[in-house]
Amino acid sequence: MRHRPRGQHIIRFEGVGLRYGLGPEVLQDVDFALPAGSFHFLTGASGAGKSSLLRLMYLGLRPSRGRVTLFDKDIALTRRYELPALRRRIGVVFQDFRLLDHLSTLDNVALPLRVRGVKESEVQKHVPELLSWVGLADQMHSKPPTLSGGQKQRVAIARAVIGRPDLLLADEPTGNVDDHIAMRLLHLFEELNKLGTTVVIATHNQFLVDRFSQHSRLHIERGTVVEPEDEA
Amino acid sequence: MSLLSRRSDLPLKGDPNSRFLPWLVALMVYLSSIAVACVLVLAGLVERWDHDVSGTLTVQVQPVPGEAGELLTDDRVRQAADLMRRTPGVTAVRPLDKRQTLALLEPWLGSAELVKDLPLPRLIDVSIDTAVRLDLGGLADRLGKSVPGATIDDHRVWLSRLINLSRTTEWVAIAILVLIGFVTSATVVYATKTGMSVHRSVIEVLHLIGAHDDYIARQFADRAFSLGFSGGMIGLAMAVPTLTAIGWAAKRVEGGFLPSLSVPLSGWVVVGLLPVLAAILAMYTARLTVHGVLSRMP
Repeated sequence: MRHRPRGQHIIRFEGVGLRYGLGPEVLQDVDFALPAGSFHFLTGASGAGKSSLLRLMYLGLRPSRGRVTLFDKDIALTRRYELPALRRRIGVVFQDFRLLDHLSTLDNVALPLRVRGVKESEVQKHVPELLSWVGLADQMHSKPPTLSGGQKQRVAIARAVIGRPDLLLADEPTGNVDDHIAMRLLHLFEELNKLGTTVVIATHNQFLVDRFSQHSRLHIERGTVVEPEDEA
Repeated sequence: MSLLSRRSDLPLKGDPNSRFLPWLVALMVYLSSIAVACVLVLAGLVERWDHDVSGTLTVQVQPVPGEAGELLTDDRVRQAADLMRRTPGVTAVRPLDKRQTLALLEPWLGSAELVKDLPLPRLIDVSIDTAVRLDLGGLADRLGKSVPGATIDDHRVWLSRLINLSRTTEWVAIAILVLIGFVTSATVVYATKTGMSVHRSVIEVLHLIGAHDDYIARQFADRAFSLGFSGGMIGLAMAVPTLTAIGWAAKRVEGGFLPSLSVPLSGWVVVGLLPVLAAILAMYTARLTVHGVLSRMP
């Protein structure tokens, strides 16, 4: 992980709009900037555009208009072959997990390390460690279809954080786990945040947002991000 | 780590859409083996015929009938041979006796015992210096006047037509090889694109966690190599008995008038390399296809 001074913006949206095909804009005039090392909850009603916003942030989509700057790079001007290097600095927990069903838990979590060419000895050392931490030591060789929703979610989280990313984006990461596990996962995100990772968690869980109220909120309403007063 | 055993993040091994690929490659390698053997055998034939055309000619002396005919014919053969030896540019003259002539005709007319009483022309095999331009017309006139019943059989006309036919067949065989390569590549492109559609969600995940295009392309390429190689080996296993059988059958009719039709050693080496070549072709085709498709992804 590359450490950057806290306060510098790690991601900036300026006048960003997004539409799928010829449909209406699902995001309009989105403007915000996230300082490096910050921690945010992304809140909003279902269909407000949280997932679309996250997809733009993890480079799963390109905006229809406006400018996205990620790690000081204007995405519109970034060449395609440069994108993997940026993506490796981002950890993503997808709402539907997107685990690879044919791979074991261990291999799923190891993927980000393997695509970076990390030595197998390192992979075999770090992945079991992290799986133990998220309470899946005994499921290391199980495949996703045999796991419960909560277990899948933890595998997805482990995969997102194994590479110690600069930016962690999580879409409803606690949606399928009980409060105890949810707290434990939030603490994991906080630990990462303390190490310099910028964290954005999209959630409906008001309990967690209230419980971790020291973190700022990005609120999205009808496709537009509304920053809380203290973040503006 | 070997190409055949490298770890893959994509579940390509169980792909039903690529199951036909080894069988298709097997067929292609089989056909290529036949085409390669054909090209090499024909190339050998053309080379030999070409050499024969430019380096030799045959003098025919008609047999003299009657009781003393054989002695007279021998005398005419001697005269014709002497005239040929005196001709500038002739390097060797070899008159064939009746026994040798009968041996030459045996594949066409059957046992020498049955045809020995036929009035067969006597032959003189003449080698000529390819660097010297012989006036064959003038030589034929002189020969005809000096030795009654003697003619020159210049192989050039009919052999050059045969060579043309062989060369054309050779080019057709090469064109077939190119077509086979094209069809194999097109099939690999189709199988790869289908595989990419089936595994689109996995490819997307790999992309989003930072995999380079080549990381994904390599996995398809490894699989194509493995399928291509196994198919190629099946094709080779089918081709070897076929070529051996053709060689064996050809040997039975070679006799004196057909040159060797067996596949030369170099041919077997090329045929043996075909499975590897097919696998490499499949591997690079898959790799390029994946790069092409991924370049259109965001």
